[in-house]
Amino acid sequence: MSDEAPALLEARGVAKHYGPVVALRAADLSVASGEVHALLGANGAGKSTLVKCLTGVIRPDGGSIAISGKQVRARSPMRAARLGLSPVFQDPALVPDLTVAQNLRLTGASVDAVRAQLSDMDLRVSFRELVGDLPLPILRMLDLARALTHDPQLLILDEITAALPSDLAERVFDVMRRRREQGRSVLFITHRLAEVIATSDRATILRDGSDVGTMVPKEGGEARIVEMMLGPEAARAEVAASERDEEDVPVGAAAAATTAEERPMVLEVSELRVGGVQDISLQLRRGEVLGIAALEGQGQDELFEALAGQRKAESGVLRVSGKAFRPRHPYDAIRRKVVLVPPDRLLALLPQRPVRENVAAPLYNSPLRWGPINMRAETRRVRRAVEALQIDMRAARQVRRLSGGNQQKVTIARWLAAGFAVLLCNDPTRGIDVGTKRQVYGLLRELADDGAAILFFSSELAEFPLVCDRVLAVYGGRVTAEVPGAAADEATLLQAMHGLDLDEAVA
Amino acid sequence: MSTASAAPTLEFRGAAPWRRAIRQHGWTIAVWLILIAMVPYWRSLSQQDFKFDIQALAIDALPLCFAAMAQAVIVISGGIDLSIGSLMGVINVLSAREMVDMGFRQAIAFSFLVLLLAVLASGFTGLIITLTRIPDIVVTLGMLFVWQGVALWIMEIPGGGVPLQYSDLAIGDVGSTGIPNAAVAVFAALLIVWVPLRWLRPGLALYAVGSNRNSAYLSGINVARTRVGAYMLAGVFTGLGGLALSASSAIGDPNSGATYTLNSVAAVVLGGVSLLGGVGGLIGVIAAAYVLTLSKIILLLRGTDPNYANVYQGALIILVVVIGGLLTRKTRS
Repeated sequence: MSDEAPALLEARGVAKHYGPVVALRAADLSVASGEVHALLGANGAGKSTLVKCLTGVIRPDGGSIAISGKQVRARSPMRAARLGLSPVFQDPALVPDLTVAQNLRLTGASVDAVRAQLSDMDLRVSFRELVGDLPLPILRMLDLARALTHDPQLLILDEITAALPSDLAERVFDVMRRRREQGRSVLFITHRLAEVIATSDRATILRDGSDVGTMVPKEGGEARIVEMMLGPEAARAEVAASERDEEDVPVGAAAAATTAEERPMVLEVSELRVGGVQDISLQLRRGEVLGIAALEGQGQDELFEALAGQRKAESGVLRVSGKAFRPRHPYDAIRRKVVLVPPDRLLALLPQRPVRENVAAPLYNSPLRWGPINMRAETRRVRRAVEALQIDMRAARQVRRLSGGNQQKVTIARWLAAGFAVLLCNDPTRGIDVGTKRQVYGLLRELADDGAAILFFSSELAEFPLVCDRVLAVYGGRVTAEVPGAAADEATLLQAMHGLDLDEAVA
Repeated sequence: MSTASAAPTLEFRGAAPWRRAIRQHGWTIAVWLILIAMVPYWRSLSQQDFKFDIQALAIDALPLCFAAMAQAVIVISGGIDLSIGSLMGVINVLSAREMVDMGFRQAIAFSFLVLLLAVLASGFTGLIITLTRIPDIVVTLGMLFVWQGVALWIMEIPGGGVPLQYSDLAIGDVGSTGIPNAAVAVFAALLIVWVPLRWLRPGLALYAVGSNRNSAYLSGINVARTRVGAYMLAGVFTGLGGLALSASSAIGDPNSGATYTLNSVAAVVLGGVSLLGGVGGLIGVIAAAYVLTLSKIILLLRGTDPNYANVYQGALIILVVVIGGLLTRKTRS
């Protein structure tokens, strides 16, 4: 890390936007020779986008990238590999319908070299196996072995440990240490701060598409990393305050908490186990918004899918209004008035059809309603829902032409028109603008105040105190902490979401 | 996190080798077994001697074999081509019009020119698809009509012809051993064009692009170039199919290719190539082309009403694919 010699990798002001959405504002990253460098940041901070820019998967809109002091522009993953950057991506880069050996020949990797790399990691894999038949963790290790055969100057690991059991993760850390001993570098992206402390020499933290600093992670330094992921304390308090001043956003119902115990229980989940969910229990009462805070892939998607009837629970008991609830199909869930607002709006909507049909669609699913549709009743219910949500009807003839925010309102309006008891909101504000977001917060609070029970996941932590009565932090498929809505500030949630004990947290 | 060095070797072995072989090649083997199983029944109905029957089957199936190989290449790469039959028609009328007055050697030389044209024509289709990003099925449906028109423009009514020796390439046998030239042509094309490619990077790229475009891209494959390459390779087989029509019928007919597009899709599906791409091979597809042709011959020998014959054939395709799908699912889980 000397000042004279140019750094191995020097990225300056790398920027990338998709239409109006800024994925990377201006990110700097400097990786020295012979170091393990961690790249950290909350969901959507721009980590993966930066990696894709570095490795030529996408072309950055601005900024410069230099390797050993020389300006480069990698136009494809192959070119990047020749420049000494070998990535292991989040999605496996192996073709499922080919055997392992064929995949290796495809990329020109030597079968023997990969086998040698694997045996260095104490792994043996049958290369005649179809990739599609191998378990995901093994594919990650194969990707890693393949990347290593290039003996890259900089090995880039994008959340490789997320899908690995701990024994395989250990082998990855071994590889990282060996690379460092050989004077090579590793860029290590992970959500697990403990791994960063254990393995990394330095860490660069991204927030909102810009780097906010580089630091040396030390034992007990998790709190400081979390603080950097959040940005300056003062600025945050200000934002929170101004958001709370908005009159249409009710403050997290701390006041209502006193009466909460008397309200009837609507949804009970006990010891649920499904996919990534190891063991989740929760209770949701009438008039309550319960937040689920989690990093990507901690089981929250499976939780929502199980409740919405898209996935069968492996074990555990679900109850709705005190009665057993075992949905085998979304239809079962909807009939019990448990309805889902999925993260991908277009999954829920009929994009080619008008707003009216979209809103009215759930009204027709009842087998009791044969015969002609009561158009007048339908019109009335749709109009009421549209008005309640202030949906902009100017482009109402095709839902796909509405803005993202308006589409999201339509997904909620459907259930408003159909009636529901439990609203499952899986990241309902993903990719919509600030103004509409506020309307959604207000709407969710209003619905709860009118007696709805709402389960709410969001990838934006700042939303929890605005919307939720209580927040459960989920890590590794288990609930790790329960925080009252009013106390669910980002620092507390981030600690809990990383599986850290809240009592040890440095305030 | 310091105990890792003591970690034991982890071994990942999949299913037993025979199981894996069945999973990867089971369908191809099954289609060949179906073909072989049909032979005794066919012989019991036929009055002709074996050599003659084999010869007739090989000649009958020749254009479909090539059409199916062309379709298979494109389907494996993740596309579909509805214009194969009508491009074969163009090649047929073009070669028959020009070869009618040619000597044998001249006709052979002209064949290579025609093949080149077929490669360029099919590559052009592929280029439109990759450049405009319009789905394959739309572009090739358009090309279906284009080539139909071109064929009629070249030759309005059936006519033309080929040198006798040229015709013998399709209907003769190898040095009167009884091995039909038509079958030799199919397997020669397979060995010369496909087999080497199958084991080289471009062939693997073909499968990779059809299997998962994103993974293929991340593996450093030029997806667009590979897809255009698939269409050009299919052009070779389509060209051979068109020439096979000329040689076996010794005449040019602008409507001769019409039935081959859908039959090639049928052969591809029956031959174990997934319409989703990335799965299957040409060897199974060739067997499927023979199965389809032979089933038609058998129904004819039985004196089945040709209208019913189509019903039987359609039912056979669905039945085989359904059973195959069920078996595949079983070995997978």
